[in-house]
Amino acid sequence: MASRVRIRPQELRFAEKLASLHWPFVALLLLIGCVGYLVLYSAGGGNHQPWAWRHGARLAFGLVVMLTVALIDIRFWYRWAYVLYGGAFAMLVGVEILGEINKGAQRWVDLGFVQIQPSELMKIGLVLCLARYFHSAYLDEVKRPLYLLPPLAMIGLPALLVLKQPDLGTSIMLLAVGGSLLFLAGVRLWKFGLAIAAVAAALPVAWSGLHDYQRQRVLTFLDPETDPLGAGYHIIQSKIALGSGGFWGKGYLMGSQAQLSFLPEKQTDFAFTMLAEETGFVGALIVLLLYLAVVGLSLAVALRATHQFGRLLAMGIGINFFLYVLINVAMVTGLIPVVGVPLPLISYGGTAMLTTLVGFGFLLSVDVHHTTNIPRFPTDL
Amino acid sequence: MQHHAADRTRTFTRRALVVGAAQVGLFGLLAGRLWQLQVDDASRYALLAEENRVNQRLIVPPRGRIFDREGRVLARNVPSYRLRIVRENTPDLAKTLLDLARLIPLDQAQIDEILKTARAQRAFVPVLVREGLSWDEVTTVAVHSPHLPGVVLDSTLLREYPHADVLAHVLGYVGPVSPEEQAEDPDPLMRLPEFRIGKNGIEKAHDHLLRGRAGRSRIEVNAIGREIRELDRDDGISGADLQLSLDAELQLFCYERLSSELSASAVVVDVDTGAVLALASVPSYDPAAFTGRLSHQQWKEWRDNPRTPLVNKSIRGQYPPGSTFKMMVALAALEAGLVTPSYDVFCGGSVSLGNAKFHCWKSHGRVALHEAIAQSCDVYFYDLARRVGVDGIAAMARRFGLGAPLGLDLPGEQPGLVPTSQWKRETLGEPWQKGETLVIGIGQGYMLATPLQLAIMTARLCNGGRAVTPWFYRDPAAEPPAVGSVGVSQASLDHVLKGMSMVVNSQRGTAYRQRLTLEGVQMAGKSGTSQVRRITRAERAANLHKRKDRPWEHRHHALFVAFAPTDHPRYAVSVIVEHGQSGSGAAAPIVRDIMTRVLEIGPGVATVAASL
Repeated sequence: MASRVRIRPQELRFAEKLASLHWPFVALLLLIGCVGYLVLYSAGGGNHQPWAWRHGARLAFGLVVMLTVALIDIRFWYRWAYVLYGGAFAMLVGVEILGEINKGAQRWVDLGFVQIQPSELMKIGLVLCLARYFHSAYLDEVKRPLYLLPPLAMIGLPALLVLKQPDLGTSIMLLAVGGSLLFLAGVRLWKFGLAIAAVAAALPVAWSGLHDYQRQRVLTFLDPETDPLGAGYHIIQSKIALGSGGFWGKGYLMGSQAQLSFLPEKQTDFAFTMLAEETGFVGALIVLLLYLAVVGLSLAVALRATHQFGRLLAMGIGINFFLYVLINVAMVTGLIPVVGVPLPLISYGGTAMLTTLVGFGFLLSVDVHHTTNIPRFPTDL
Repeated sequence: MQHHAADRTRTFTRRALVVGAAQVGLFGLLAGRLWQLQVDDASRYALLAEENRVNQRLIVPPRGRIFDREGRVLARNVPSYRLRIVRENTPDLAKTLLDLARLIPLDQAQIDEILKTARAQRAFVPVLVREGLSWDEVTTVAVHSPHLPGVVLDSTLLREYPHADVLAHVLGYVGPVSPEEQAEDPDPLMRLPEFRIGKNGIEKAHDHLLRGRAGRSRIEVNAIGREIRELDRDDGISGADLQLSLDAELQLFCYERLSSELSASAVVVDVDTGAVLALASVPSYDPAAFTGRLSHQQWKEWRDNPRTPLVNKSIRGQYPPGSTFKMMVALAALEAGLVTPSYDVFCGGSVSLGNAKFHCWKSHGRVALHEAIAQSCDVYFYDLARRVGVDGIAAMARRFGLGAPLGLDLPGEQPGLVPTSQWKRETLGEPWQKGETLVIGIGQGYMLATPLQLAIMTARLCNGGRAVTPWFYRDPAAEPPAVGSVGVSQASLDHVLKGMSMVVNSQRGTAYRQRLTLEGVQMAGKSGTSQVRRITRAERAANLHKRKDRPWEHRHHALFVAFAPTDHPRYAVSVIVEHGQSGSGAAAPIVRDIMTRVLEIGPGVATVAASL
């Protein structure tokens, strides 16, 4: 650890930055990404095609982007935080307008060479934005209700837009990440109590605002056996695959439910099920522990940072990552309805992989620049 | 400032640790859930996974064959070769089909149809190209198979009936299972599209014996039903072979003999056992038409034909028995003690009752019982019928098997009709008329009987009053069912039998010309001619009712029942020729020929001799 303590952190040279990178963290992410490769190799029926190799390529590309983001000065990101949030918000509005035009759900922006899901970008944008907002706020200010209106809008507006897409899972994640950051920034607990009460009161209203397919998901979640071949099929098949894996699993590439395609979307949302079927409780638990290690290291990075921006940014990224894992695993084990959240670094999918790694890029940047002094307002820089 | 910052850091640290603890807790919850699914409930889910993975496929057992009493095959299974093609195994389906068309007849329309079917289903599901390939075609395709990717040759079993139309009414045929049949039979075989069930005749009556038990093949499948591999297999149990009481040679003879008529039926039974030796009905149909694809035109033709080729007249045709019923009337009178065999009546050609006049077919003068039967004097039986009454006659007729199905193991047996005064009150709401009793006395009016019932009636008359019932198949291992008695004194029976013998063997008998020409064997019988429509007074005056040029469907039905040998009866025969005009003229010669043939073949002689 001694090598990571620097005397003049404000003016780090490139080599110093490279040396001070949190390499164990990078290695951990690479390890999980490789687990993803193996899972997708199995999902392809013991084949690098069609998923595994692209997953690997994306992982490599994503890691490079992550390191690039990590090496850029944290003050740069602090300065551009609102702009990045604004950009993500503009894209969200953009897909909403496109959706109106195309008369259908629209979640993607096609930039020609890559399709971007603005709701994924927004997860990072929101964290950056809230971290910056609360960096410049003192605890007394945070305790003033009026002062909380801008961050509530920062959370609420994108959450509403995403909900309208409709993407319930991402919407809930935005609210949860935002709420966590408010909590970490020091918002009084009674205000959370009030918010929870308000949400409870609003539930019936929200229920009526849900799309039919979303309601169906909730209803079949509550009793999947009522619709075994329809909406309940995914949950039932996932539980069968998981449960039949047993303690030690059926063996790599030997998961009958996944290999025989009883398991739907085994390369994306149900990748964890496939893994747990083939490697059993032991394999699933190991993967969960890997994820927990990432979450724990994120917490450590946050606690080590000397500036509020970095602390909130690192915690926000860590919580976001944690929520991915929590929602995905809870979904495939039948604890919550099917909401369509991928398993980070393992599920097949470009945007999710990229945004996860970009997010960790910010987190690593916080770590590299953990003693950097960030003034309350960017003009002070 | 510094104070504020420290405060904020403290709050953050405290709350970050709370968040961290919550994260650990929630991960713990996930791990617990995984433990619950993968350890606690693992065996339950393993079972469900196995059910998912394994498809049980039923194997259709070969259907039992059917033999006649001499072991001649009546129904069997022959392999039929079919050609199928699997879309995913051929790079260019259309081209492969065109290649095939050069080897076997296959026109463009068929190719288009196959392509359409193939596109509509999953790529690994075989599509039928052609069925019923000849052996030459099979070998041609097999030789070229390396150049025909995806083409699959295999064979299925088709039901074949070597005797075709001769036995169509007895054997019936097999066909695909209907939704109704599927609903009432839980046998898993019923759900298989290629399974064939007995639709008529013996095939239907003994379907459960012939069917066998389904085999099972457990196959690993994926979620869309593609078969991955066979796990294990149980071939099931083939259907049982059945040996019928029927004699194919006799059946063929009867059928061909009847074919001289437009529409006729013949039944031959063993009088000791009730075993049906022959049961023929013309015209008939080719059961192969039902095995393949029956054209609508063919079906319509058979359905609308006035000679009803699809109807088995032997058990489904119900006719007024005419004079063949007179034995019942005579027995009813004798058993009631109302008359003695020497009781005589004067026949002047007709008798009057109230305003109505009842005719005889000629003036017989004074006749007693034996002569009255031999010459079939109507006036005599009008008299007996009037004395006994309709209900007494009906009771006797029922004892001889008339008026109710006899329980032959063949679907569709009709009950006939033996009217009583009560029946008329209940059915028609009218009281019984005295004149109607007279008409019943000569087997006309409401009276109806099937040829099978008349054969069994004759058997019960000549076998000493044993109430045998007809059958084609009985489990050879099972005890034959106990045979009751009709409860008529042998003396009365003997008088009636004597009359029947005189019908054929006395010079005045109505069928004297049809007596057997065999050495030392005599036949006894009774003719019947039953009116299809009432003869009007004008017709009778003009003697129109006896003219041969009347429309076919207006002519009388011709019936004859007989048994032989007279001294030791063994076989009973009944024949009806629809609109054959005269029992002794049209039906009796057929009975004579059939009886001659059955005596020559002598079916069952050995078994009867062994049981005696």
